[in-house]
Amino acid sequence: MIKCYLEFEKPIEELELKIEEMKRISDGKDVNLSGEIRKLEKKVKDLRTEIFSKLTPWQKTLLARHPDRPYTLDYINLITEEFLELHGDRRFADDKAVIGGLAKIKGAPVVIIGHQKGRGTKERIRRNFGQPHPEGYRKALRLMEMAEKFKRPIVNLIDTPGAYPGIGPEERGQGEAIASNLMHMSRLRTPIVSVVIGEGGSGGALALSVADRLYMLEHSVYSVISPEGCAAILWRKNGELNAEDFSRASESLKLTAQDLLRFKIIDDIIPEPSGGAHMDVEQTARNISDRVMQTIEELKTRTPGKLVEERYRRLKKIGSFVEEA
Amino acid sequence: MAWFKKSKGLKTDKKVKIPEGLWVKCDSCKEVIYKKEIDKNLRICPKCNYHFRISARERIELLVDEGSFVEIDSGLASNDPLNFKDKISYKDRLEENRKKSGLEEAAISGEAAIEGRPIILVIMDFAFMGGSMGSVVGEKVMRAAEAALEKKIPLITVSSSGGARMQEGIFSLMQMARVSAAIAKLHESGNLYISILADPTFGGVTASFAMLGDVIIAEPRSLIGFAGPRVIEQTIKQQLPEDFQRAEFLLEHGMIDLVIDRKELKKTISQIIELLT
Ligand SMILES: [Zn+2]
Repeated sequence: MIKCYLEFEKPIEELELKIEEMKRISDGKDVNLSGEIRKLEKKVKDLRTEIFSKLTPWQKTLLARHPDRPYTLDYINLITEEFLELHGDRRFADDKAVIGGLAKIKGAPVVIIGHQKGRGTKERIRRNFGQPHPEGYRKALRLMEMAEKFKRPIVNLIDTPGAYPGIGPEERGQGEAIASNLMHMSRLRTPIVSVVIGEGGSGGALALSVADRLYMLEHSVYSVISPEGCAAILWRKNGELNAEDFSRASESLKLTAQDLLRFKIIDDIIPEPSGGAHMDVEQTARNISDRVMQTIEELKTRTPGKLVEERYRRLKKIGSFVEEA
Repeated sequence: MAWFKKSKGLKTDKKVKIPEGLWVKCDSCKEVIYKKEIDKNLRICPKCNYHFRISARERIELLVDEGSFVEIDSGLASNDPLNFKDKISYKDRLEENRKKSGLEEAAISGEAAIEGRPIILVIMDFAFMGGSMGSVVGEKVMRAAEAALEKKIPLITVSSSGGARMQEGIFSLMQMARVSAAIAKLHESGNLYISILADPTFGGVTASFAMLGDVIIAEPRSLIGFAGPRVIEQTIKQQLPEDFQRAEFLLEHGMIDLVIDRKELKKTISQIIELLT
């Protein structure tokens, strides 16, 4: 597999290429470079830790969209047993950008739902780049209501650039579909745990994230607008936009997991391995399933009424304003 | 046909110089109309029936019994949770918009009466930062819903908004969830909620309280949608259909209950309250 390096990973790429080269030279020859190689490998590890400990918001945005980053189905395959995908919104279509179904995590039955991006051109198009139509949100709500009926906890994995801006979605009520999810999710009488695993793109992400506990992976982002969209609104008049503008916009938006934890919008950050989730998918999946199931165990002790009441109070607290008497 | 299309495009692109104050160009049919004629007609275009944007204060006069409106939660003001960096600071932008619009925020809420029946009313004003919803608008809608719930009276909102307020980032996004949760409680307890959509209603407002009414009414020709038409055009790289995202388009696609003229709004709301409560 050809590894994909982001711009800020270039120093890592250079060293890794060097290691490969040395391995190739020493292979089947008398020259023993293993000592050198080990030294370089240590250097790569340190460099990676160094780079990833101080990523900028824009670098995190790029990492959250990394083509090798694990998607919802990758995690479902690793953390669930007996996953049975269920399809369709019973109204119009089966949206491939949202998947959901029945499964067990650590032996406990759940309903698991998530945005789904595709890998490779064909699959990316089939998944509409993870941008749902109204049908995706309606399917998700249908499955969540099923979860409530059968007293199953809900696990949502969030990873979308946003709801799809097109003619069809507008004709079929994109706004209504998102609004309806927000409204109904706030009253579901079963535990909901949501995890942002990559991109949390605006209302399209929010429509799956109303929850009793909201977590974010260490290098995921969550924002009201993309840095590109924000930059376009702020600076388009000055001509073409570049990475520097996006970088500035992403800093302004405060969209990292660390920012959102500081704002108390999310409950905690789920750690990623050094170099990001894709460097060790199994480990990341374990981190997610451990945290999610521990949370569900805790939430299960509450009555459905108490759960809904606490969910409302959590939401009520979010806001930043002053009030004069 | 091609020639016709082209010339039509040219016509709309041409900058018509309009003398300040006396004449107004209709946003919808592009006709240049004598301003007094529009004002006399409740700010409705006499040519195409487009309803011009009006201020929250003008709406109060139009919708509720004279003198019945008492503002609530007027002391709420935005702070700057993101310390948002822009050409000018968010604090300065707020100040600028307060001066420009004469409003404290993009929504006014209060208690009022319609033909003697008490209601809670929230009215958005596009003149204040494009009617965007940040923490204050979210809080006002949430408190209005809670007040309606407590008093067991109908909630009426009038939306006119570009969507969530970018300058408050994730806090703005979360307002969508907050207000929707408050509306959920209203519905659960049998309260009536009427949502009026005025030009324009988009983004996070459409995708939250605006589309959650028991009855949803739009003003004629208003632009209403989730994604903005320009974003859609850039994404799909094709021209949008005529009337796309207009109130009549939403009615045709089953997304709203009624398209009602400004002149008839109060009467219709009163009738709905009469029939449902
Ligand atoms: Zn007109």
